[in-house]
Amino acid sequence: MKAYLTRRYQFSASHRLHNESMTEAENRATYGKCNNPYGHGHNYALEVTVSGQVDGQTGMVCNLIDLDGLVQREVIERYDHSNLNCLPEFSGKVPTTENLCVQIYQQLQEFPLAHLEKIKLEETMMNSFEYGDSDVRH
Amino acid sequence: MKKTVYLTRKAEFSASHVYHNPAFSPEQNRAVFGKCNNPNGHGHNYVLEVTVKGEVDPRTGFVLDLKQLKDVLHQEVLEAFDHRHLNLEVPEFKNLIPTTENIAIATWKRLAPKLKVGSLHRVRVYETPDLFVDFYGEE
Repeated sequence: MKAYLTRRYQFSASHRLHNESMTEAENRATYGKCNNPYGHGHNYALEVTVSGQVDGQTGMVCNLIDLDGLVQREVIERYDHSNLNCLPEFSGKVPTTENLCVQIYQQLQEFPLAHLEKIKLEETMMNSFEYGDSDVRH
Repeated sequence: MKKTVYLTRKAEFSASHVYHNPAFSPEQNRAVFGKCNNPNGHGHNYVLEVTVKGEVDPRTGFVLDLKQLKDVLHQEVLEAFDHRHLNLEVPEFKNLIPTTENIAIATWKRLAPKLKVGSLHRVRVYETPDLFVDFYGEE
């Protein structure tokens, strides 16, 4: 039988929303306080959902140790206490939470032990973003 | 036009369990299940979310009577799971490891046939606030 397993993680990072191709006035109008030249930070909460058949021998979709290891290597070590604007994946790309959510999905997509369904990224308690399969369940 | 609405009811139960497959060697059990293989077991405060899908009855404005859902949830699931050792006291887990995945599936099987109105859409089981499993009745 197919089940969906979701694990939550946290990391903290800073960013500045600024598009080089816009004027200063356009940047301020588009990004508001998020365009503050010195940046600002968030405690991001990440939810990773994987799916698969529940293994008859283990009762699991996948072993949490493997999922935790992948997320630790690919996401937490890379982004925790970093400045997102300084990372190569955001060179020429605004590190909005939408873009970070898609980026994380791509970095975790090669997980060999279960199917990556979706990524949910909470920037604050008040706003969150999801990205995944086109028929992703909410 | 009739409108489909999804209704979710939350419940909590506390239970103990151990992950152990008798077909594995002791080393394999420790390697696969880690701390969850501690022979004396351990426990969690599980949170259950049951989502029922149905059309809104124009007379009552309900998808279904919440009291009825609460009663079914209590009789079929909480009575069996709450303050129990899942491996030793719940028949489904006599020969099945009570992982969060299997608890979600067992909850679905207990509830789905008992709902008189609406249909079961999703069972979500939180083992901790950082780990949950969803089951939609899929094979």
